[in-house]
Amino acid sequence: MTATPSPLRAAPETFARREWPRAAWYAAAYDVEVGAHLLPRTVAGASLVLFRTPSGEARALENACWHRLLPLSEGKLLGDEVMCGYHGLRYDADGRCTFMPSQKTVNPSARVRSYPVVERHRFVWVWTGDPADADPATIPDLHWNDDPAWAGDGRLIHVDCNYKLIVDNLMDLTHETFVHGGSIGHRSVAESPFEVTHGKGTVTVTRWMIDVEAPPFWARQLEWRGAPAGNVDRWQIIHFTPPGTIAIDVGVAPTGTGAPEGDRSQGVNGFVLNTMTPESPTSTHYFWAFARNYALGDQRITTLLRDGVSGVFAEDEEVLAAQQRAIDAHPDKEFYNLNIDGGAMWARRMIDLMLAAEDDSYAEAGAQAERDIAEHHRADPGDGAQREVARARAEAERARSGS
Amino acid sequence: MSSTFVGARVRAVRAVADEVRQVELVPDDGARAYPPGSHLDLALEIDGLPVVRSYSVVGAAPEDGAYRIAVKLLPDSRGGSRRVHGLAAGDRLELRHPTSHFELDPRRPGYLLVAGGIGITPLVGMAEVLTRQQHRTGAPVRLAYAGRRRAAMPFVDHLRGLLGDAVVTAAGEDGERLDLAAEISGLHPDGEVYVCGPPRLTDAVRACWAAQGRPARRLRTETFGTAGRHPTEAFDVEVRDHGLTVHVPRDRTLLAALHDAGVEMVWDCLRGECGLCTVGVLGDAPVIDHRDVFLDAAEQEDSTRLCACVSRAVGGRLTIDTGFRP
Repeated sequence: MTATPSPLRAAPETFARREWPRAAWYAAAYDVEVGAHLLPRTVAGASLVLFRTPSGEARALENACWHRLLPLSEGKLLGDEVMCGYHGLRYDADGRCTFMPSQKTVNPSARVRSYPVVERHRFVWVWTGDPADADPATIPDLHWNDDPAWAGDGRLIHVDCNYKLIVDNLMDLTHETFVHGGSIGHRSVAESPFEVTHGKGTVTVTRWMIDVEAPPFWARQLEWRGAPAGNVDRWQIIHFTPPGTIAIDVGVAPTGTGAPEGDRSQGVNGFVLNTMTPESPTSTHYFWAFARNYALGDQRITTLLRDGVSGVFAEDEEVLAAQQRAIDAHPDKEFYNLNIDGGAMWARRMIDLMLAAEDDSYAEAGAQAERDIAEHHRADPGDGAQREVARARAEAERARSGS
Repeated sequence: MSSTFVGARVRAVRAVADEVRQVELVPDDGARAYPPGSHLDLALEIDGLPVVRSYSVVGAAPEDGAYRIAVKLLPDSRGGSRRVHGLAAGDRLELRHPTSHFELDPRRPGYLLVAGGIGITPLVGMAEVLTRQQHRTGAPVRLAYAGRRRAAMPFVDHLRGLLGDAVVTAAGEDGERLDLAAEISGLHPDGEVYVCGPPRLTDAVRACWAAQGRPARRLRTETFGTAGRHPTEAFDVEVRDHGLTVHVPRDRTLLAALHDAGVEMVWDCLRGECGLCTVGVLGDAPVIDHRDVFLDAAEQEDSTRLCACVSRAVGGRLTIDTGFRP
């Protein structure tokens, strides 16, 4: 793997980098999954056990006893302590051991790693980086999921593919035409132009389809809302936050009622909320929800929409798993990119920037060391100094070209 | 858990206080991030014998690709500090990357760091991390730092730069003492204290902590088992079940001396934590300097067992039972 190729070759690097950033918040569970029981879950390669303390706080500990590594999820939750199911060692909610059998003291080193946890927008978020950097302000915005102005629900699905393949999938909705022909797909999606913009840590893909037929999923919603039948103006505005969160502003309004100009009052609006948490390089916990801003009290609509989206995503699951199998079966092949991949490539770039920021702390340290050595020896030049500088240069060169 | 040793180069050595030297070590495979409170292991040669010594890493992160350790020259040491003080820039040695037995919980509502002498080393990184996240957490951090002489206390200026007035120091030679009771009572009820220093200091903090009814698990200590309540001296030990008498020199542990004499033992932590190497004490024992944290206060008082990896006899001959029943 080349760390710094020429800028022109920068794009394909996304397919060779480390899989996921560590310094990130990942959705580990839906709020309803975590309770007074031990829930095992692997988040960004880390095996965790999740539970709730009697005061209702969600916690995440490393899922391996300090002593003999039995998964703590095989043990028992006793109030706010986890007891290992093998020799009864107990850990408090911070992961510190509070009991060891057959001795009067507790080894002060005994602990399991505790991960920062924040519950927000119906998800239990876990920070897998340095705990001191866990800033809740950087949790991706999915507020539609528990905003009183919106109603909806969602599900967790386990997809057998790399999380970036789901990012690719959601950042370009052209595939709706070909994968979801019976629900949300329509040839207009593949035919309409789109615009890709990016900001600091954000990517937005906007697509408007003017005066088109409403596909079944949307025609039904217009009917529920009591809007007139006929052609619609349809929008899909995709908002990406790295490494794996995508909120898609979707909707339709009867053509000519002013939606493209900003008046969506005659239409129906929803948000498809997605956050993908890598489990392994080839599997992902995919959390999604669909929230709408009309008929908020109608539970029937909530259920119908959730089930409808479930059906749509089942079609994606199949494609994504097959795609991952094909990638694994063709290790010598690379992806080619089309114009439609602009949003996905920008999203991958944002992930790469997060990864590079993690790597840079080390690369920068090496470069600084080289400068220091040169500086140190300038005052006292000699053969030793020359050799030292040459060696530092060689080391830095190796660091640059090595993997 | 314990990774293998890697080659490293000494980049620089400098005095950071009287008899305290800071050594910068650049590992061949690059310095890695480590949690605050971490230590690294150095493979040293002392009197021709290979030994491993653990040193707390100074600071929250490697500095320009180097790990920093600060080592005080100890007359009582097992030779490690003398060897480290003999290092010079350009020397090569082997180390194990840092790991932590003294992890900082970054989510407490308040912190008190208590250092005695060179015990300040793991607390420097903790102070750095805690002040870095303070704008977000608002958790107050205080540092109480005691030493014998002011000139022998490293990092005071750096810590004042981080913590300002929240640093209190006490130099014993100037007749100053830390007011531990006041420091502890000022700490948030769910706050934690992190202590690193000689056993006398740890004992004092523990006593104040218990007197104020605070939970034991919120008192965190670093244990290397290298400092005792008595000066280190040589002693003889009669290993009754083996029919042997073994001499334990000042610079060897009881466990090492037994091992050298061919006495089969099991051990793990070598820091007086796990209790695997405990041996029974027989007959009239001399004073035993318990340097472990495995036995509780009552068990240490009873002195029917001791941890061979760290604890020692003082002023007399010790008779032990290693559980050998041929």
